[in-house]
Amino acid sequence: MHKPIYIVDGARTPFLKAKSAPGPFTAADLATAAGSALLMRQPFAPEQLDELILGCASPSADEVNIGRVVALRLGCGNQVPGWTVMRNCASGMQAIDSAIANLQCGRSQLVLAGGVDALSHAPLLFSEKMVRWLAGWYAARSTGDRLAMLRTFRLGHLAPVIGIMKGLTDPIVGQLMGQTAENLAWKFGITREDMDAFAVESHRRVCAGQDAGHYADEIVPLIDRDGQVYAADDGVRRDSSMANLAKLKPFFDKTYGRVTPGNSSQITDGAAWLVLASEEAVERHGLQPLARIVDSQWAGLAPDQMGLGPVHATMPILQRHGLAPNDLDAWELNEAFAAQVIACLRAFEDDDYCRTHFGVDAPGAPEASRLNVDGGAVALGHPVGASGARIVLHLLEVLRRKGGGRGLATICIGGGQGGAMLVETV
Amino acid sequence: MSANMQQDWKHWRLRREDTGLAWLDLDKADASANVLSAEVLAEFAGVLDTLDAAPPKALVIASAKPAGFIAGADIEEFSRLDSVLAARMLVERGWLLFNRLAAVSYPTLALIRGHCMGGGLELALACRHRIVVDEPGTKLALPEVMLGIVPGWGGMLRLPALIGPAAALDLMLTGKSVDAKKAKRLGLADDCVPARVMESAARIVALGGKPVRQLPAKERATRWAMNGPLRRMVADKARAQAARKVSRANYPAPFAIVDIWEKYGGNALDVPAGDPSSLDSIFTSPTARNLVRVFHLQERLKAFGKDSDFAPRHVHVVGAGVMGGDIAAVCALRGMTVTLQDQSVERIAPAIARAAKLFERRHKGDAKQVRFTLDRLIPDPKGEGAARADLIIEAIFENLDVKRSLFAELEARAKPDAVLATNTSSLRLEDIATALKDPARLVGIHFFNPVPMLPLVEVVQGEATDAEVLRRATGFVRRIDKLPLPVQSAPGFLVNAVLGPYMLEALRCVEEGIAPETVDAVLVEFGMPMGPVELVDTVGLDIAVAAGKALAGEGAEPPARLLKLVGEGKLGRKSGEGYYRWRDGKAVKAGDEDERKGGLWRRRKPAPQPTIPAGLAERVLAPLLAATRRCVEQGVVGDADLADAGVIFGTGFAPHTGGPLHYCKTKG
Repeated sequence: MHKPIYIVDGARTPFLKAKSAPGPFTAADLATAAGSALLMRQPFAPEQLDELILGCASPSADEVNIGRVVALRLGCGNQVPGWTVMRNCASGMQAIDSAIANLQCGRSQLVLAGGVDALSHAPLLFSEKMVRWLAGWYAARSTGDRLAMLRTFRLGHLAPVIGIMKGLTDPIVGQLMGQTAENLAWKFGITREDMDAFAVESHRRVCAGQDAGHYADEIVPLIDRDGQVYAADDGVRRDSSMANLAKLKPFFDKTYGRVTPGNSSQITDGAAWLVLASEEAVERHGLQPLARIVDSQWAGLAPDQMGLGPVHATMPILQRHGLAPNDLDAWELNEAFAAQVIACLRAFEDDDYCRTHFGVDAPGAPEASRLNVDGGAVALGHPVGASGARIVLHLLEVLRRKGGGRGLATICIGGGQGGAMLVETV
Repeated sequence: MSANMQQDWKHWRLRREDTGLAWLDLDKADASANVLSAEVLAEFAGVLDTLDAAPPKALVIASAKPAGFIAGADIEEFSRLDSVLAARMLVERGWLLFNRLAAVSYPTLALIRGHCMGGGLELALACRHRIVVDEPGTKLALPEVMLGIVPGWGGMLRLPALIGPAAALDLMLTGKSVDAKKAKRLGLADDCVPARVMESAARIVALGGKPVRQLPAKERATRWAMNGPLRRMVADKARAQAARKVSRANYPAPFAIVDIWEKYGGNALDVPAGDPSSLDSIFTSPTARNLVRVFHLQERLKAFGKDSDFAPRHVHVVGAGVMGGDIAAVCALRGMTVTLQDQSVERIAPAIARAAKLFERRHKGDAKQVRFTLDRLIPDPKGEGAARADLIIEAIFENLDVKRSLFAELEARAKPDAVLATNTSSLRLEDIATALKDPARLVGIHFFNPVPMLPLVEVVQGEATDAEVLRRATGFVRRIDKLPLPVQSAPGFLVNAVLGPYMLEALRCVEEGIAPETVDAVLVEFGMPMGPVELVDTVGLDIAVAAGKALAGEGAEPPARLLKLVGEGKLGRKSGEGYYRWRDGKAVKAGDEDERKGGLWRRRKPAPQPTIPAGLAERVLAPLLAATRRCVEQGVVGDADLADAGVIFGTGFAPHTGGPLHYCKTKG
């Protein structure tokens, strides 16, 4: 990157686990609440942003360009453009990367970028059959036509398609995301116990992080219209244990599989934002940057191996900067599935894998003490579009505690991709 | 469009289209809003003459003012009426003219955008069609009753005929307005359209392209019955409804409206002199004069913010209690961005819930507007907003040291030109101000509970308060559509200084053994919106004790029963019991239906009417009147009229009296 890109500040909502019904906030509500609190503490006005970029994997049908909706709801005024980016699980990281691109080429100086999803609001869809039947029904003009249509109706037409299951199924290989995690478990010989132990540790780390206040600064508490307060991530389980997790059944490959809801990330609602600025904006508004984004990388790989995306996105960055994994002070590797994170660590240590894919010997995996030190999405949840921004935001908190340094945030992407960002505190 | 024929009118503009449609715009000369003055009406008669000579295919009446359609009759003219004969002539002028308009041979249509009040609506009602423009500013009302008079230019005739007597009487007896959508729903308007097609809609409807909407058969039958055989029943129901709110002795107009509709075909001129519903009775009663006085007092308060263009975009409120939370909500409703600070998000949450309910009521279920308004109300537990705000209002608990350190901190963080205001009611402004590097920055902006309902806000000038700061604070109060009353820093300012002794006297009566119900009943009968004992319960007994000490000094001994109740934790409404027991937010009073539900024997034997000590109302009011006078003498308020305005809009003091000092004067 030839111009420095600064992260000035950031904030997110608590991540709220999807219960059986739609959650208390829509995606735009979440992004607005976190964004207004974040903008309120800046020395510039919302109207002074050059643009707002929001990553969202499943905006609701009435807010498809949710970025613009949120820009207006944040009081950025009519003149600040707002747009939406979509790269599945990395939509939030894509928003940051799109901001970087526009800052690099000088189109923007000051950008609010982030991600959001409210998966609990994912729609139920009519089946293809029902849609065709309805089309025929609306076209029928005469009573006779209508009667004829009625005779073709079958109750089975009413069975809804669960939107989120569609979204979490790879359209090329036809596998659920959890099934791609099963592929990796099989490939690297990862056991159910490995995964459950990883999950227990993730919950333990999040609890410890919450108790130590490591999440307090990044979270904007929410209040719903009934006055209920949502102050913390609510998916984490303090009673998580091997015994509890052992009770859960494999969900994706029923009966015979290893991946359960307990060792997968949760379905969650949440939003996360970063304020990104050029050198010029930092000077103009007297901003005090937290960190600099040094590099970013996208990579592609086989869709049924998507969980290894972080390895593929990270390797070029490490190579470009001549870094080994443990040269970095902290890693945030998004926990879509315990199996997928463990697979990444094994791949980093696997000479065969690294030679085949990157033409180099295995660089070794980051130590456990540098990786997801405050836990991750298995315990916090994975509001798809928000996670890519959340891990960058939380990486800054971890680096701050370490007294500064370099860190890497990386995420796997449904469809067979990976994204990574290298940041350095200033 | 063809050339205009005759254009020697000052206020009206007539243009004719080639289609044969005529457009008549009202543009009252030298005024920002249209009112139906004698001259405007006389010219209108001339316009009708012109049109008679060459009838158009249809006529559309509209306003050339951006402010609205027609604001009503000319209140100045009305205020100057000096005889019953003059009043009769004024009523007759509009009644006959609008009857003439209603009878013209060509179709007529009123195109209503913005306010359409009183005589303006009566003019519109005399047209064959009405189109309303779907904008927030479009409001239709017959508010004559608020001035103690009746809609005598055909409102009482045409509104019940058009929308049915039940809805019509409700509008005329309360004076409340309906918006564009509701106007269509009621059948008051033929259609409700966006501004972009209003001319086209007016043209199509006026030229007969669209049939008048037919009501469903059931609704037609109901209206026919209510205007016919059930007329008496409907009238009695309306009278009972009015009697629940006001007495006929104090407020003759609502009862007259019902009578005139029921017995005189809506024609006020037909009521024989001497009848309590006659124009003579209405115009000679002091109520109408006093209510017009109150209207003028209100206009005077409204004018206070005019010399400031201060329009804060961001208001920071510290303290998310009922008062602070409601102040924040009211500001957000007026389009301001508001940060609401308190010690924790949990303390802010109840204020957000209450605001959400308020927004839903005010935006009448417009989910988008509710959401935008909530978006503007930002919980701010860390107080980040203080650095960005144009105005900071402190509404925390009454503790001098805490307020002083808060303001010292706020001053350091606030923008240099931000206005710093305290909502304190019992602390001296000067004692707080000295905590600031620049004490001139502090002003008092004193709201009253419940903030969304009460129109008055006292703007308090401390010894050091800078004049420009005062102007800005006053301007802000107008921006949130409240009535600013400038007061000097003195214990209780105006409103609490007059309420305190009044409530205290009421409690002394209770101390002497008079039932709280009796005390409250005589003052409600006098015209107060709520009895003084119930008011103490509503304010909170602990607050009453504290305020009493602040007003009367530490030495003053509060009534023993008050102290005893506070000692028992019975703090009034908020704790469920005080002088009254409270159920579902209502005081349970002896003799209430609620009380009598106990058993059959109770219902058969109505509670014995307590004997009311002679002069009870006067006794309880006397300290209030004296305190008001004292406030004027001591210069707490500018003059007697402002004192009356403050006491009426701050306490709800019986408006039909024209205010406490005016009441004293008329009582002699």
